[in-house]
Amino acid sequence: MSEYKTVFGGLNDFTPGGVDAIDDNPKNYVFSNVFDVASRSAPYERVAVGKNLEYVMEALRAEGQSPWYVCAHDEFALCMDGEVEIHLVKPDDADALVDPDSEGAVVLDEAPDGRKMGRIVLRRGHQALLPGGGAYRFEAGAPSVILTQTIQGPATVERWAEICQSESRPAA
Amino acid sequence: MTEALQTHYKIAPASNETGYKSYEAGSFRFTRDEYFVSIVWPKGAHTMAADGFMRAMMRTVAWGFFYGTLSYDPVFGTTNHYGIVDMFAGTYHPVFKENGRDHLEKFKAEDLLELFRDLVDDWTNEGYDPFAAPGEDDAGQPWGRKNGNNADAVTRIRVTANRMVGLPGDAEVRTDANGFPQNRMFADVSSDRPLVEAEPGFEGEVAAFNLYDYLSRSDVTWNPSVCSVVKESLFCPTSEEFILPVEHGNDRCEWFVQLSDEITWEVKDKNTGKPRSRIVMRAGDVACMPADIRHQGYSPKRSMLLVWENASPRIPDMIQSGEAPVVAVQF
Repeated sequence: MSEYKTVFGGLNDFTPGGVDAIDDNPKNYVFSNVFDVASRSAPYERVAVGKNLEYVMEALRAEGQSPWYVCAHDEFALCMDGEVEIHLVKPDDADALVDPDSEGAVVLDEAPDGRKMGRIVLRRGHQALLPGGGAYRFEAGAPSVILTQTIQGPATVERWAEICQSESRPAA
Repeated sequence: MTEALQTHYKIAPASNETGYKSYEAGSFRFTRDEYFVSIVWPKGAHTMAADGFMRAMMRTVAWGFFYGTLSYDPVFGTTNHYGIVDMFAGTYHPVFKENGRDHLEKFKAEDLLELFRDLVDDWTNEGYDPFAAPGEDDAGQPWGRKNGNNADAVTRIRVTANRMVGLPGDAEVRTDANGFPQNRMFADVSSDRPLVEAEPGFEGEVAAFNLYDYLSRSDVTWNPSVCSVVKESLFCPTSEEFILPVEHGNDRCEWFVQLSDEITWEVKDKNTGKPRSRIVMRAGDVACMPADIRHQGYSPKRSMLLVWENASPRIPDMIQSGEAPVVAVQF
């Protein structure tokens, strides 16, 4: 008998399932695939793939260097494919960069002045804390995929009609 | 339906014949024998196989009634109102309802939970683990007369990280050394660690862990654990194998991200149980369960599922008033 093989999928290796609507509207399930979304995104577009009132999950295609981001609250990044480096900086004046009461990640025009906090390298399955009040930048040598846990903000992109299943589709 | 809060609880001595105790909560009475559990209420009675009942009751206790409704089968279950719990029979079954055979009583959640904890402890025999999938070597068997117990299995604490697993003072990562070997179906999952280089003074904030390795070492199935927290947004990943022991009726939108392998979800109308959709989720797939359905998952191989919850206690009322949507996103 063969060993068990765990299937994780990836940017170039995904086979979505689907919604087979019996007496329903398939749109109700907001069904998409993180790898599919990332495969059709520009680098570091933060495309919402989940939304629960103000909270979102975003799928990012990590490729090359991202802009610097800052966020008033904690966020998390899960690497779902490839390898992603994260550089973290504690801005000298974070409140000047982002309203401490604001929600979601804000793109910075340039690298913030501040103390270097550290560096993290994530591979598939690794999850990092992006601490609130810190600034961060992603870097990936080859196309990779990140799923974020955050709150909808100015950098969040919504294009549900493009990414979600609209018609009933029994999975092959 | 009885609106008044029930206060009658009784644990009857063990049966001379089976060795199991019997239980009363309000006018519901629970007994078990070698194979079956019987539930009796003023207008009817119901029988379930002991294995399915114990797996469902184990989650009820471990999850503290969870969010919304936990239907053990089309007839019996509970609904969480966060402090108050409904226990029902036939309430969400059209035929029971139409014929006036449905029954619902309200309980203080903590009191009912205390009774259920005793029931789980008494009705779990030595070697049987209601958290395990039946194909696992150490799953054991629920059948037979009373034969010891398995307190270690049924008193596991559900992990609830305050910020993120692995941070100093927060929920620990799982390793061989702390008693969490990889599951047989996840032996091929890498245990490598992320590279973390924290500058002095930032050791508690520059942090990462291997979530997939963490899930590969879970010793339970269908038991979402909080692994990271953004205010009321909870990432609750879990390892799944065999069948979700309850039909979970949503009182809010609940999101799934299939991190590995495949789960099929049977989705039904929350109130009537009529089929609505069948959803196949494979690695990378994302789907939202609307707030007006019940769902039950089937995972043929142990898989990793990220359950994403908005834990705000205001949501059921917001949905009722129309302030929050039944379907998470309109497009």
